[in-house]
Amino acid sequence: MPVKLTVTGAAAVAHAMRQINPDVVAAYPITPQTPIVEYFASFVSDGIVDTVLVPVESEHSAMSALIGAAAAGARTMTATAANGLALMAEIVYIAASYRLPIVMPVANRALSGPINIHCDHSDAMLVRDSGWIQFFTENHQEAYDFTIMATKIAEKENVLLPVMVNLDGFITSHGVESFEMLDDEVVREFVGTWKPKYSLLDVEHPVTYGPLDLFDYYFEHHRQQEEAMKNAYKELPGVFEEFAKISGRKYDFLDLYKTEDAEHIMIVLNSTASTAKYVVDELREEGKKVGLVKPQVFTPFPKKEIQQVLNGRKSVVVLDRAMSFGKEAPLYSLIKSSLYEIASKPSLGSYIYGLGGRDVTPEMLRQAFEDALKGNLIADEQRYLGLRE
Amino acid sequence: MVPSIRDLVGYVENNDWAFTQGHRLCPGCNAPMVANWATLTAKSLGYHPVVGLATGCLEVSSTIYPYTAWNVPYIHNAFENVAATISGAEAAYRSLMNRKKINNDKIKFIAIGGDGGTYDIGLQALSGAIERGHDFVYILYDNEGYMNTGNQRSGSTPPGADSTTEPVGKVLPGKLQLKKSIVDIIAGHEGVYAATAVTSEPWDFMRKMQAALEFPGPAFISILAPCVRFWRIPDDYGVEVTKLAVETKYWPLWEYNMGIYKVTKKPKTFKPVKEYVLKLGRYSKLMKRSDANEILEELQHYVDAKWDRLLALEEISKDKPIRKKI
Ligand SMILES: Cc1ncc(C[n+]2csc(CCOP(=O)(O)OP(=O)(O)O)c2C)c(N)n1
Ligand code: SF4
Repeated sequence: MPVKLTVTGAAAVAHAMRQINPDVVAAYPITPQTPIVEYFASFVSDGIVDTVLVPVESEHSAMSALIGAAAAGARTMTATAANGLALMAEIVYIAASYRLPIVMPVANRALSGPINIHCDHSDAMLVRDSGWIQFFTENHQEAYDFTIMATKIAEKENVLLPVMVNLDGFITSHGVESFEMLDDEVVREFVGTWKPKYSLLDVEHPVTYGPLDLFDYYFEHHRQQEEAMKNAYKELPGVFEEFAKISGRKYDFLDLYKTEDAEHIMIVLNSTASTAKYVVDELREEGKKVGLVKPQVFTPFPKKEIQQVLNGRKSVVVLDRAMSFGKEAPLYSLIKSSLYEIASKPSLGSYIYGLGGRDVTPEMLRQAFEDALKGNLIADEQRYLGLRE
Repeated sequence: MVPSIRDLVGYVENNDWAFTQGHRLCPGCNAPMVANWATLTAKSLGYHPVVGLATGCLEVSSTIYPYTAWNVPYIHNAFENVAATISGAEAAYRSLMNRKKINNDKIKFIAIGGDGGTYDIGLQALSGAIERGHDFVYILYDNEGYMNTGNQRSGSTPPGADSTTEPVGKVLPGKLQLKKSIVDIIAGHEGVYAATAVTSEPWDFMRKMQAALEFPGPAFISILAPCVRFWRIPDDYGVEVTKLAVETKYWPLWEYNMGIYKVTKKPKTFKPVKEYVLKLGRYSKLMKRSDANEILEELQHYVDAKWDRLLALEEISKDKPIRKKI
């Protein structure tokens, strides 16, 4: 029977890792990710799991070691945040190009500089083109559920891509909240055992990982990564379906909240969606036709789903918790370009919020909605919520 | 046992090389000898080598897709992380053996890196992997510079040698600093086997390779392996030069095992280091400078002092390991 646990998000993720029971986990601390690997290390120390833990000397080595371990046929996981992710960025790309199904929760935190330990999504956006599948999660339940689903999608034979599960630093990682934990056996059966086709330890069938791939093949290999991403897009609904069977929770590319008849839609990632849902409720009570779209899958970007839900709306406001200096904000630019192809385009607004952990209040989100309701949106203007001018 | 001449003939006849033909290293390069001897020793002892390589000449020349010169499992990850990569593979091996998902107690992990990937950018990952006690052998083929990117200085480049990032010029005499003593740095991890070797002494290398493979933890061998291109020596001269390196104290042969130092070759007489230097074209610009003798004298003093120190370390550490287990 599933149990309700009231714990931090870090503990929820660590429990998912415990139930997945990877062969190898690499651990390196960075706030606010640290408790994830700490909880996991205590599971190892207490003999609750028999995973081999590699307490590396840096995130760069964490990802490097996992590449070695995954190429050797092990099921592997680590977790990181911000500067840790930046330090491993070089190897994050390599993991994807070697088609290794590594799973990595990221407790989103602002990238330095200046140094700041609090939540934003600049870390995840740094590696958005690295070839990893990227999930974004609103709360403990989603962080837990998507970590389990990550293993499943990563290891599909026609996918074989690493997966990043983003959860908001401190807000989700350190906040205490209830979530429903599945039975160990149910998770174990869901993820099954990992039997890779190629392994460094299969000495009878030696393979070469990571050759020099010059102009005559590199291009084709990148095309194959793109195909793998397309396959991930095709396979994900099946994974959501299967997960619904064991959990009763049915996920999709997009979490839609009161969008059916909405004229004005807000799009936001992760925990801010909870506050946004509250604001949607308030505005609905006032008779305003508003709704919320929360992408849960960011890569592969669910463009078709976005187009379907936004076609014919009056306006759309996109909230980004990261900047793309000198260019449009990352989520906004993707949404905007998706709309190019639809028949009836809504008016658009871009809002930056919550950088470096700046508090996000209902009033701020309301302000973005009100701009939309008043028809006061300029697609080419980047606006800021909660910024002292 | 180290392979006998008969074993070696057998390997050649069966064409049973871990590192096979078809690589594109320069003629006369000493790096492929290192790759061959290391894997050959492992195979002749009945082990199944799994090899990791750092970015560098050996790597880019041996795995040009869709070809590979490697006939054993092989992984290249990046420039600075071969030790971390192999430590992950080794962790996977322990885990999968423990979980009975595989059954092969003959696998041995060998990481190979150049001096740039070892002395400099990869030192952190190497230090971390050794400190964690992973069971692997790290082979450093030391050509005293970044050769793959075209003759830049590394932490191993000796003073006065011409390189493109510290060229011998009108004002500066090339590299000013002495090289790092990498084997001492590795020995400083204590729970480790570490040794030096040269391409002119294959049996010494293979004996050390055997010790490294059988050592129940991290092991490290630094082997002087000239680059004929950037050392400015004839294609057939690499081995001659390393012989001279030993005969001039430039490259003493020694090993370290859990605290115990041992000098493995003690020539009765030594030649002056200048004799070695004069053979290398990469010093010819230096020799034209007025301060050449000063730099050579400093180098002579350094190699003398290092030699004396090694003998003293051997003496005081005799039968006194500082660690009993990894
Ligand atoms: C992070 C990073 N920086 C720089 C390089 C460029 N690079 C590739 S190989 C190399 C030098 C390799 O030198 P060494 O390790 O001594 O091996 P060798 O080429 O001499 O065999 C450099 C600088 C790289 N691949 N990655
Ligand atoms: S450049 Fe030097 S190290 Fe590189 S392959 Fe040629 S001889 Fe060997």
